[in-house]
Amino acid sequence: MSFLRQIAAIIRKDIIAELRTKEMFSSMFVFALLAVVVFNFAFELRVADAATIAPGVLWVSVTFAGMLGLNRSFVLEKDRGCLDGLLLAPVDRSAIYFGKMLGNFLFITVVEAIILPIFSALFNVNLIQTWILVVLLLGTLGFSGVGTLFSAMAVHTRAREVLLPVLLFPVAVPALIAAVKLTAGLLDGQTVADMANWMQLLVAFDVILIAVSYMTFDYVVED
Amino acid sequence: MKTLRLDRTTTLNIAAAVAVVVALYLALVQAPAPANVDTEAQSYAQRIIYFHVPHAWVGFLAFLVTFLGSVLYLWKGERRWDILASSSVVVGIAFMTATIITGSIWAKPAWNTWWTWDPRLTTSTVTWLIYVSYLMLRSALDDPARRARFAAVYGVVGFVSVPITFFAIRWWRTIHPVLFDTSNMGLSPNMRFPFFFSLGAFTLLYFVILIQRVRVERLADEVERLKAATLASRRW
Amino acid sequence: MAAIEIRNLTKSFGSLLALRDVDLTVTEGEFLTLVGPNGAGKTTLIRIVATLSRPTSGEVWVDGWNLTDGAAEVRQCIGFISHQPLLYGDLTAEENLRFYSRMYGVPDPANRIEEVLEQVGLLARRRDAVRTFSRGMQQRLSIARAILHRPAVMLLDEPYTGLDQQAAAMLDEVMRAVGTASLTVLMTTHDLHRGLVMSDRVAVLSAGRLVYQALRADLDEASFRQVYREIVAV
Repeated sequence: MSFLRQIAAIIRKDIIAELRTKEMFSSMFVFALLAVVVFNFAFELRVADAATIAPGVLWVSVTFAGMLGLNRSFVLEKDRGCLDGLLLAPVDRSAIYFGKMLGNFLFITVVEAIILPIFSALFNVNLIQTWILVVLLLGTLGFSGVGTLFSAMAVHTRAREVLLPVLLFPVAVPALIAAVKLTAGLLDGQTVADMANWMQLLVAFDVILIAVSYMTFDYVVED
Repeated sequence: MKTLRLDRTTTLNIAAAVAVVVALYLALVQAPAPANVDTEAQSYAQRIIYFHVPHAWVGFLAFLVTFLGSVLYLWKGERRWDILASSSVVVGIAFMTATIITGSIWAKPAWNTWWTWDPRLTTSTVTWLIYVSYLMLRSALDDPARRARFAAVYGVVGFVSVPITFFAIRWWRTIHPVLFDTSNMGLSPNMRFPFFFSLGAFTLLYFVILIQRVRVERLADEVERLKAATLASRRW
Repeated sequence: MAAIEIRNLTKSFGSLLALRDVDLTVTEGEFLTLVGPNGAGKTTLIRIVATLSRPTSGEVWVDGWNLTDGAAEVRQCIGFISHQPLLYGDLTAEENLRFYSRMYGVPDPANRIEEVLEQVGLLARRRDAVRTFSRGMQQRLSIARAILHRPAVMLLDEPYTGLDQQAAAMLDEVMRAVGTASLTVLMTTHDLHRGLVMSDRVAVLSAGRLVYQALRADLDEASFRQVYREIVAV
């Protein structure tokens, strides 16, 4: 199946490039860490129990750090005209979408994997629970899905670092709300069955937005 | 002395103007005062419903038009759908801003707060942000074809996310009067006429402004076309 | 059979008409150089043939495949070189080629990669990151990338831009070694001298219109320069 082979090739290429420079990873990681620390200080004086704000802070840190990665991903393609290289190949444009999207998803989750223990320690909450990890992955997936589409657009503008958050945040709101609600609920001891509607919403968001992104990606990359 | 230009849309413009004035009268003077409020301020504030709700509906209508225009542009690639989509966004944002402001004015006497993160208000704000972002995207792109294409994609994705956002936000606690739960919409029979009249008047206003905006865009395109043709023929 | 056939090609960007009703044919094995001043539409034209841009109206066939329904087949049989190398700076020469071999489904990739690196004289630098390459070297690697999947048609968009004399000469050498003699080549350039050296035929594009065509055999450089000057001075 050449479609899958091509997606794998794109992901592999991005991983190799990233392993060599570690640029995306380091900036995402440092940013997430800074965000966590700053929020810790910002809220400490007013909030009695740090666990209350933990879900919110986690997701804000993840989304902002994620945006750095999303941006960088397409800047690399714009450099030296590589996007043309991708378009010249006999590859379905959706393969390019999925290749970049899964690559982004992978990078963000790696950063999350490292941030999570640190976060748990700083906020004194146990985030390493199965369902919380599931929510983290689902939220990141939807975010990467729409984020890849929008960063492909933003990279063509002068103000690309500013434009991506502007485009992405309003659209990603439902996923963010659902993710925070679910994380908070799980920390409180609720079960996923109690919050079934939020879970459904998150999954629905992922499915619908990834589908729409994949369908409109052609229009964004082709001239 | 400047003469007034009369054309096909003038009748519509006048009709809209008259309708809005009549709606104002009906809402502020003729409509009966609400029965179940405590203070006089709340009694006056309640009259905002004749503006606030129609503005919200028209705002969403505008964004629906943008969605349709975006889909048609992606499908057909004709500039006129792009003009329709972008013109509607601007009018939609204006109506949405009015919705949020009137909502805030109503909120103070009713719930003693200028703002509250309740479903409808939050959804409206997020929607407003999506369409402001739409305009920011447009202004960041110079190539007209790319601008139209990207804006159309964002118009589609943005619109699709709105219902999901609505449900997400709705499942929070709400203190917003939910109009569709009760059978008579929270409005007494005497209030229904001014309400629907107001809705009609503002919808008409929307179309009038939309038509004028589309015209301006078309004229701007024409100017560009003439400019390009003149420069090409000069060959300096 | 014509390797490249262009009929009534028009491309507009909004109200700007970049190409006006262009008809052009390149026969199999022919080397056609398209010259013209800046803004004539050369890059626009070649990008359309390379499937990177869509025509506003008109038809284009490459190796018998129509661009609209046979886009994937067209892409399999063309190799594109522009002034940008289309290579990932952080990857090595080898890794870049390995990536493209996967994208094009090149059989026996390891040997093929070694073969093309040898042909462009970069075998010794295979494990170096492209970031460290000079402009000339990047362009040579770009050729390796373009011929990796053995395309029948080569499209070159101003390949000499930014190259000094030595690098340009080396590029010519590499193109000869690669066997452009047996491939169909469409090249755009505004360097008239280079345009004549290797080509079988020349054509002139001005303000989006094809205004002149001639066989290389019928021309000498001086007369061609004169003709060119007259055409673009209008």
